[in-house]
Amino acid sequence: MEYGLDLEHSFNEILKGLGLSSEIAHIIWLPLPMLLVLVSAVLGVLVTVWLERKISAAAQQRIGPEYAGALGVLQPIADGLKLLVKEDIIPAKADSILFTAGPILVLVPVILSWLIVPFGQNLLISNVGIGIFLWIALSSIQPIGLLMSGYASNNKYSLLGGLRAAAQSISYEIPLALSVLAVVLMTNSLSTVDIVNQQSGAGILSWNIWRQPVGFIIFWICALAECERLPFDLPEAEEELVAGYQTEYAGMKFALFYLGSYINLILSALLVSILYLGGWGFPVPVEVLAKILNLPINAPLIQIFTASIGIVMTVLKAYLLVFVAILLRWTTPRVRIDQLLDLGWKFLLPISLANLLITAALKLAFPQVFGG
Amino acid sequence: MSIALTTQLICFSILSLVIIVGALGVILLDSIVYSAFLLGGVFMSVAGLYLLLNASFVAAAQVLVYVGAVNVLIIFAIMLVNKKEDLKPIDNLKSRRIISTSICLTLLSLLVRVDSTDVWNLASPSTSIGEDSTIRIGEHLFSDYLLPFEVASILLLMAMIGAIVLARRDVMNQDISTGLPVDQELIEKAREPLLVKKK
Repeated sequence: MEYGLDLEHSFNEILKGLGLSSEIAHIIWLPLPMLLVLVSAVLGVLVTVWLERKISAAAQQRIGPEYAGALGVLQPIADGLKLLVKEDIIPAKADSILFTAGPILVLVPVILSWLIVPFGQNLLISNVGIGIFLWIALSSIQPIGLLMSGYASNNKYSLLGGLRAAAQSISYEIPLALSVLAVVLMTNSLSTVDIVNQQSGAGILSWNIWRQPVGFIIFWICALAECERLPFDLPEAEEELVAGYQTEYAGMKFALFYLGSYINLILSALLVSILYLGGWGFPVPVEVLAKILNLPINAPLIQIFTASIGIVMTVLKAYLLVFVAILLRWTTPRVRIDQLLDLGWKFLLPISLANLLITAALKLAFPQVFGG
Repeated sequence: MSIALTTQLICFSILSLVIIVGALGVILLDSIVYSAFLLGGVFMSVAGLYLLLNASFVAAAQVLVYVGAVNVLIIFAIMLVNKKEDLKPIDNLKSRRIISTSICLTLLSLLVRVDSTDVWNLASPSTSIGEDSTIRIGEHLFSDYLLPFEVASILLLMAMIGAIVLARRDVMNQDISTGLPVDQELIEKAREPLLVKKK
């Protein structure tokens, strides 16, 4: 399956043509995709914040932001600037080291997880072999940051919020990992690129959502719970806990939490689209389209076209899911903490275990459909 | 020295420094919360060392199990019972400290002695398997290491049953072998704590 543009290779060739050694070319190349992904993640957050404002307004029959730019598209930038120039307050009785380290520990693992998000065959930072497992491992660091900031704030609401966040994220990590495991079982690989390639056979028909409908729903519920989105936003339930672990935070430190939660939401949506909705795949396979149009698949122009289609499809699928998440947030009530833990341990965990077992059995019975 | 080797050396020195300083912090700091968070940092750095050894699966598993589960549970437990109380002074603190230090030093010298012999000097494979190690680990777990792998699950089950019995002592107050109610005095009931009654 080695086709598609390899930007890194061509970039290195150009630099080598300028008389640089391959190692130095590699070092110059390394930060470029990272910066690109970081910028696109932050841009994605701005878009999501704008969507959230507009969709929530529509759900509540308001207009929403209107004057900052056309349709209020500049509103998220105004929000960001406001947080940037706000005073950075550390409460007098708070533990200042942990108070500062908490938001960083929440944000860094989320950004690191973008390492494995592919936008095309070669359009990802690193095709690490452990791929999706890396994301599961990294997302398990986050509760430490939440507990840290909850404890360091020296505030009972913060502490309760931090404890709730940790309990929630521990309980929903297990069904999440099990539903990912079912997909990995069908792919025979942990790598996200392989997971997408395995779904690329027959366009929309070969997407994992048809073979893993239960897994898809479990994964989506757990991803929402991991992002602390309503109906699972107990750690920051406004009516009960002021704002949970973020209560004492202001200025840029609060912005880190804000950024972290939205980047996490986009990341989860991207991963749902990669795991279950065919990633960068077009509903009709690009190879079939090229054959109908009688064009060679390896022509440079077609390659650029497929790569851009890939990026557009990935982002489109992810934003459809973000839209669903936002709509859910503004139309569903919040669950109680006991209902949340019951749902996680007594319902999702057994179902995801059964899903895994059934997938394994189906894989043995129909190896050509469920990956041999 | 190539750039890759230099990077490796720098990463190794930073990680080892963090591990040593962090581990010392875990045992020497007075605040138990700081110790717990530092422990998380030490676990993360150990995962970094695994990464340097090309064992990415082991590194991710280390992060998932030790940082994501063990350390979070430790911090969780500390925060649930975060009572500010002065511990009782221990008798013969000085002699206890001397004894434990000497035991630790003996252990350290033993480890250094073992390390200086070349019993562990295994021939490293000519080509690193790198990303294939996940598959290799899976194959080993389900062939020659199957029994230890399955026995580990029994250990976890026992721990789980133990935790349930400890947590629900107000319900399980019957002796399993005789069926008679166990001595009520020994059981801490949810409503009336044992420690308060026996003043």
